[in-house]
Amino acid sequence: MSPLSRREFLAAGAAAGAGLVIGFYLPHASSGTQATFAPNAYLKIAPEGKITVMLTRSEMGQGVSTSLPMILAEELEADWKQITVEQAGASTLYGDQSTGGSASVRTTWDPLRKAGASAREMLISAAALEWGVPRSACKAENSTVVHSASNRRLPYGQLAAKAAVLPVPTDPPLKKDKKDYKIVGRRIPRLDTATKVTGSAGYGIDFRLPNMKYAVLARCPVIGGKVASFDDKESKKITGVTYVGKIGDSAVAVVADSVWGAMEGRRTLNITWDEGPNRDLNSAAIFDSLKKSASGKAVTFYSTGDVAKTSGRRIEAEYQLPFMAHAPMEPGNSVAHFRGSNCEIWSPTQVPQDVRDSVATAVGLDPDNVKVNITYIGGGFGRRLEHDYAVEAALVSKAVSGPVQVLWTREDDMRNSTYRPASYHRLSAMLDGAGWPIAFTHRVVMPSINIQKGLPADNGTDAEVKDETSFTYSFPNAVIDYVMTETPVPLGWMRSVNALQAGFASESFLDELAHAGGKDPLDLRLHLLSKDENVNGWQTARIRGVLKLAAEKAGWGKALAPGHYQGIASFGCFNSYMAEVVEISMENDQPRVHRVVGAIDCGQVVNPNILEQQIQGGIIFALANALHAQITIERGRVVQGNFDDYPPIRMNEAPIVEAYFVESTEAPTGAGEPPVPPLAPALCNAIYAATKKRIRALPILS
Amino acid sequence: MPDFTLQVNGGERKVNVSPDTPLLWVLRDTLQLTGTKFGCGAGLCGACTVHVDGAARRSCSTPISQAVGKNITTIEGLSANGLHPLQQAWIAEDVPQCGYCQVGQIMQAAALLAKTPQPSDDQITEAMSGNLCRCGTYDRIRRAIHRAAAPGGAR
Repeated sequence: MSPLSRREFLAAGAAAGAGLVIGFYLPHASSGTQATFAPNAYLKIAPEGKITVMLTRSEMGQGVSTSLPMILAEELEADWKQITVEQAGASTLYGDQSTGGSASVRTTWDPLRKAGASAREMLISAAALEWGVPRSACKAENSTVVHSASNRRLPYGQLAAKAAVLPVPTDPPLKKDKKDYKIVGRRIPRLDTATKVTGSAGYGIDFRLPNMKYAVLARCPVIGGKVASFDDKESKKITGVTYVGKIGDSAVAVVADSVWGAMEGRRTLNITWDEGPNRDLNSAAIFDSLKKSASGKAVTFYSTGDVAKTSGRRIEAEYQLPFMAHAPMEPGNSVAHFRGSNCEIWSPTQVPQDVRDSVATAVGLDPDNVKVNITYIGGGFGRRLEHDYAVEAALVSKAVSGPVQVLWTREDDMRNSTYRPASYHRLSAMLDGAGWPIAFTHRVVMPSINIQKGLPADNGTDAEVKDETSFTYSFPNAVIDYVMTETPVPLGWMRSVNALQAGFASESFLDELAHAGGKDPLDLRLHLLSKDENVNGWQTARIRGVLKLAAEKAGWGKALAPGHYQGIASFGCFNSYMAEVVEISMENDQPRVHRVVGAIDCGQVVNPNILEQQIQGGIIFALANALHAQITIERGRVVQGNFDDYPPIRMNEAPIVEAYFVESTEAPTGAGEPPVPPLAPALCNAIYAATKKRIRALPILS
Repeated sequence: MPDFTLQVNGGERKVNVSPDTPLLWVLRDTLQLTGTKFGCGAGLCGACTVHVDGAARRSCSTPISQAVGKNITTIEGLSANGLHPLQQAWIAEDVPQCGYCQVGQIMQAAALLAKTPQPSDDQITEAMSGNLCRCGTYDRIRRAIHRAAAPGGAR
């Protein structure tokens, strides 16, 4: 679909609310015929019956190209076999199209249900008019409207033309009872699988235009450094190299007829760098500085009772976590075609609208003249919330006046990423005479992603850090606070964002308290959740539910295989509740993870098949973060470069992961990120059970 | 630059590239066979796995000069008619998430099954541990290989 420009959209006189396109008839550019029914921007039904659902989020593996159409199809009473999906580009019709924050299902749940329901109501009306019967005597099922009294049926395709001229209902009835669901909640296979096993799925890296060139960029290896001068004599001798030139202040692009030519051209470039102010930056100094900042000014996130007035046995601990990189399998890339008065982008992006605006600024065009197409994404994890690849591609395309694909190598990705913030945590607690904790404090010390990116502060702090430093336990006395620091190291949102750091520190420390007080770690948690209440926005009953489910499925407290030990942890983030039990043995002083049992409460499950994938994937991703992931800085440079010194989990390290869901009728909440935070503490708690050694810094195998 | 004659997916293809060009880029850029993926450029992730004379090879680390005279098979040529039993099994188990590494995983698994038609869990782990998946689909990859290897194949 070619999105309407903002100007056309406004001329159409519609209110541009977030996703509120119901009631606004939008002719699809590709329909070209009155017979196609497109009651809103999410949906069109062709006369032959094909139903096309527009995908307004990016498919990066999390399954939205299946789960989102399911939500619409449910209310439409559609035959699932007739559904096809079309990826929407950057548009003004759908509100915020960013894919992140585990938000795709929860933010489109209502708009998509309404889009499906309003179309269904119109199709029923069309049939009733056709037959001259009351619409109350008709019902929709399986892409057909049925009049039972006369046993007449009309398929949606045949009703499309008639429905298209009817008024769009603004408040169509939605299904209220879970037992009425025919599509939502079913284990439906993904629609994108077939193309992904034949190699025909088009990722950003696979996109081609006629006469397209390939570009790689040499970027300053020192954070914040610049190009002082460069000599391209040798580069230009490489066959196929057509252009070498500076892009911005800190990079030189080499453009060639092939990727290999561009890489060889870059290898033979001779660049003198102006290393700038961070040339002496290193990880040891960064951690020293975090630790020193712990006594600085803190913003209180949560406070109850009076910690200072408690007395008993005091326990203290410090935790720390390193920078981490997303390292998705598909390295960064984008194709751009700058055509003077306009520019078109094809990008594996989580933020098409931001890409449109950033590209427009970079190449000096109005955003209306930048068209952004979204390709399949070979792993996102937050890395594609940045706009860098697309902006580079646009700048290089402008420089060479032709279509260009900018491609990053693995080392480019590892060393020029935006990193999960390194953090330092100071925790304390007080135990009463019976060994139960009666006070708890957690001071989080780390830089803010959002503030570094120039996003507005909220009451002098980063509201996202506050949200993700969730605290779900009911202590009589507690303080959670935050010291916001600064760093020149570029920061980015990485799967579960700040929740990973907060969860590792607090859930490990709870385990310390359990052992110090002679309590079972599960019993301690249930004790702190024993009353049904709302703590800091979290329902104790729901966190208790996932803890009990995970413990039951994992056989917590039961006899294990000889040499096997378990650890447990839970966390709430992105509006969902998650608990995990990790089972390990120790081999040569290293943990071997055999089994992870994960239990989630994320409200109504849209597709158990995809939710299971998200839990398995989130846990394997989190296991890499726990065991190996560490970005270090020396002489202002990122040390790690490829999968040898930044190793993800391989099959020989991968445990069996079991995924369980709490049955729920609540509206759906996040699924992609909540499985991440409990893994590292549950694993370290298992290691403690096995060895009596407490791990207070990640990665475990540093 | 020299001309090289390659046997790719059963057909003869002439390419004109420098001899140190990795097979990966010849496949992707010269022959437009983009099913084979670039992941690390250093033989560390397996996304670029193809078959060279029936054995799994990392095309990112195989110079074109070493591929001449050998039978090269990519995902586009894995099965002459319809889907390979592994591709069917991958669909039945709904293995892919982002899917980027899956072509390499399937090529690696196909080389395993060609030599070891009914691999044990340990044999699967040994054969597949060079292929990274950041989405963590290993459980389902293992199940799909067992499914394809089962008597009667993927169906």
